Amino acid sequence: MKNVMEHESTISADTAALHAMTDAEQSPAIAFEVNDLSVWYGQKQTIFNTTIDIPAQSVTAIIGPSGCGKSTFLRCLNRMHELVPTARHEGSIRLFGEDLYAPKIDPCVVRRRIGMVFQKSNPFPTMSIAENVIVGLRLNGVRDRAYLDERMEKALRMAALWDEVKNDLNRPGISLSGGQQQRLCIARAVAVEPEIILMDEPCSALDPIATAKVEELIYELKKQYTIVIVTHNMQQAGRCSDYTAFFYLGRLIEFAKTEKIFTNPSQKQTEDYITGRFG
Amino acid sequence: MITATASIPESAQERMVAPSRFGDVIFRWLTLVMAFSVLVLVILVGWQLWRNSSLAIHKFGFHFLNTSKWDPVAEEFGALPFIYGTLISSLIALVIAVPLSIATAVFLTELAPMWIRQPLVSLIEMLAAIPSVILGLWGVFVMVPFLRLAVFPWLKKTLGFLPLFTGPIYGVSMLAGGIIVAIMILPIITSVSREILRSVPDLQREAAYGLGATRWEVTRIAVLSYAKNGLFGAVVLGLGRALGETMAVTMVIGNTPQIVASLFAPGYTLASVIANEFTEATTDVYLSALFEVGLVLFGVTIAVNLIAQLLVKTFVNTSAGAVQ
Ligand SMILES: Nc1ncnc2c1ncn2[C@@H]1O[C@H](COP(=O)(O)OP(=O)(O)OP(=O)(O)O)[C@@H](O)[C@H]1O
Ligand SMILES: [Mg+2]
Repeated sequence: MKNVMEHESTISADTAALHAMTDAEQSPAIAFEVNDLSVWYGQKQTIFNTTIDIPAQSVTAIIGPSGCGKSTFLRCLNRMHELVPTARHEGSIRLFGEDLYAPKIDPCVVRRRIGMVFQKSNPFPTMSIAENVIVGLRLNGVRDRAYLDERMEKALRMAALWDEVKNDLNRPGISLSGGQQQRLCIARAVAVEPEIILMDEPCSALDPIATAKVEELIYELKKQYTIVIVTHNMQQAGRCSDYTAFFYLGRLIEFAKTEKIFTNPSQKQTEDYITGRFG
Repeated sequence: MITATASIPESAQERMVAPSRFGDVIFRWLTLVMAFSVLVLVILVGWQLWRNSSLAIHKFGFHFLNTSKWDPVAEEFGALPFIYGTLISSLIALVIAVPLSIATAVFLTELAPMWIRQPLVSLIEMLAAIPSVILGLWGVFVMVPFLRLAVFPWLKKTLGFLPLFTGPIYGVSMLAGGIIVAIMILPIITSVSREILRSVPDLQREAAYGLGATRWEVTRIAVLSYAKNGLFGAVVLGLGRALGETMAVTMVIGNTPQIVASLFAPGYTLASVIANEFTEATTDVYLSALFEVGLVLFGVTIAVNLIAQLLVKTFVNTSAGAVQ
């Protein structure tokens, strides 16, 4: 079933194929099944009873006004929110059917399977460009130099950065421009070949050209990965996502195909936000 | 042109008038004077030491630094054993204190549960507040007997094949001096290291956690490598303290001017000899020699600091921590 899915979404990555499938009473493969998720920081609840199924091999955008809990939700998906000592959650999250919060699951393993790209680029300043890309593989215990080089090139190509840096791979990662640094961080995330990539406003510090590059990249990555991206940019959500989830005040208001959310939202709040009437 | 100027609204024209730079100027001069006064103070101290030790400098010349005989009665003064004692006891102190302090700082910033952090920090700050002489008393009555009866014999048995751990055991010794200095510099290195580790941006940690790193891996790739310059600075600061440490060392090091390989043997430091013999320095040459010991200590401290800074510049990747 998953193979069929992959096949179909490669021939026509647009929503028409998915339509066809829904019509045939076939729902797309689900990556994340989030069930009744609530999150607190200390006493303050920031996510309220959210239930959502995030499809695999597609791009899901999360939109909503500032402070509505987008980052918090995203971080729950790879257990990053646990790094905040006061954070606490209820409800369950499954990835391809497997409970991510089961007691025997190691959060480090979860984060290896689910890569993350942050709002502000954060390459390791003491490492060269090359080292920054392969650091994750090294953590996984890969030592073979030739193999590391191969994976590094592949990741940098995937992040559309190879041509710009191939001649000075030994320069410090932070000597790159802001947009290049962000693509370096994307390369670092894809180098370990995670199953999922989470992106928290990856373009918010970038100029339009760099943003376009990253968006192109997202489109490319979609062929192999499931991507969940938080964005403040409606156009961006419209351009590069297949599904869109709208959060407001910690609640999931609406989740549907991007097309539908932007043309014919079923909730009034969604419409108001998208048309810029608030938020 | 003219119309363009005329069209600028009045409020904008007001804004274009340069604001008064008076405060700026005062501030710049004030800080400059402050910075220079520190430098002047250092130079003055050095010059005073130099002047007061001129008698010894003329009489002994360079031999003061490379001979070992310290005989006030015969008026023969060589400071080599003191230089040796100061450097070795400081080195021992660093070897013990640096790993401990940095490990403690890492524990306090990265690993310890929140509720335990503040009490531990207070405890370490309390250690820094113990007067040197009290620590010395503890050294004499508790630490030294313990070393003599338990630790040193064990060291001799297990590591006795090294010349460092041979010879008779008295208790008071170079090693005891080093250990007490280690205890004294531990708090400063720990708290400076802790501040430095705390200044590592969380974004760096998240980058590592996001790759699935374990806590130790996060500490290694994101925290320690980012902070290594600063940590080196913390160590240098500790070394500065160690070189000049006087009271507690004097009480446990044995105060014997000699150069021997064994760390079980007593030693003597530059600071200790000044403290011990100043009141007995009856002749001009003797007093002048002690001043020269002070001058040497002053020089060693400055030299060590300069070398350390050079090391930072040449060996440690200077781009570390330079992000944004
Ligand atoms: N570490 C934290 N400790 C306590 N409260 C937090 C923490 N992080 C976020 N919050 C709170 O949780 C709520 C949701 O924050 P979150 O960062 O998820 O919002 P967001 O939708 O990502 O906003 P933005 O668009 O500005 O990034 C906010 O009210 C915020 O104050
Ligand atoms: Mg956010």
